[in-house]
Amino acid sequence: MSIIIYIAVMAGVTYLVRMIPFTLFTKKITSPYIRSFLYYIPYTVLSAMTFPAIFFSTENVYTSIVGTAAALVLAFFKKPLIVVALAAAGASFICGMII
Amino acid sequence: MKNQFVRGLWHGVPIALGYLSVSFGFGIMAVRAGLSILAAVGISVTNLTSAGQAAGVGIIAAGGTILEMILTQLVINIRYSLMGISLSQKLDSSFTLPHKLLVSFGITDEIFAVSSSRREPLRPSYMYGLILISFLGWSSGTLLGAAAGQLLPESVTNAMGIVLYGMFIAIVVPVAREKRSVLVASSIAVLISVILFLLKDALPFLSDGFSVIISAVIAAAVASALFPIADEGSSANAESETIK
Repeated sequence: MSIIIYIAVMAGVTYLVRMIPFTLFTKKITSPYIRSFLYYIPYTVLSAMTFPAIFFSTENVYTSIVGTAAALVLAFFKKPLIVVALAAAGASFICGMII
Repeated sequence: MKNQFVRGLWHGVPIALGYLSVSFGFGIMAVRAGLSILAAVGISVTNLTSAGQAAGVGIIAAGGTILEMILTQLVINIRYSLMGISLSQKLDSSFTLPHKLLVSFGITDEIFAVSSSRREPLRPSYMYGLILISFLGWSSGTLLGAAAGQLLPESVTNAMGIVLYGMFIAIVVPVAREKRSVLVASSIAVLISVILFLLKDALPFLSDGFSVIISAVIAAAVASALFPIADEGSSANAESETIK
């Protein structure tokens, strides 16, 4: 399948998801269940996307585990996004040099 | 008006710097997945979102179906709908429909966080400044990553593959640390995702994209039943405090 179609579909869906509620919604969502679902969904999506995929994101599973551990520790101590993201790569890189 | 635009640009500098490094990782990841530099940049310029793009590249690389792409983008990006609803309550009266149609494109976690924390009503010019600089950071980072992916030594690009996941961890963990509900929701999502991965051989029809959707939807549904959000507006406030 042409990559243009994939990209057009990605962009189209992403835009509509942003645009429709932003332009058309005038009232607040009141259903606590739907509000709760919308609140949790970013976290569950990111979690499911990260694990187990992160273990296969570098050259081998060992460098990935080291990078993951670095990210988890720094994120636990609330370091900024860039610091956590780059430290994960740095830790993987150093681990790759050693082993 | 011009002043508001400049203020938006200025407020967007930290976002742009963060995006630059994360989209650098996305560019590398996309090229490693077999996409051209043009396709990687094309995705960033038209989508302006991290998780959705990463999942989208996975689907493209695996030759997934259009239905899978639509559902994945819908589920991953549905949070923008809530942010859009929240922002729509804060708009200045000068925000006419054409402005809304343009600004819609730039609703991201970070842009939402910055703009929703403003006390005064949001003007279109402020939003354009904020979105423009963030967009430039995201696009140029992708270009650099996609191009450098072929120039940098393999040991570096290998390690950069983890950058985007590192950012995801940086978004989730601090909130999960403070809120048991988010910790439970995330743990359920990880658990289901890992189980589905282990069952991959038994469930060959289940692609990575669908695994993410199933894991995320079940986990969010369970968490919503166990820990409903109590007060009005709390979710939007929680987003703006935590997703920076």
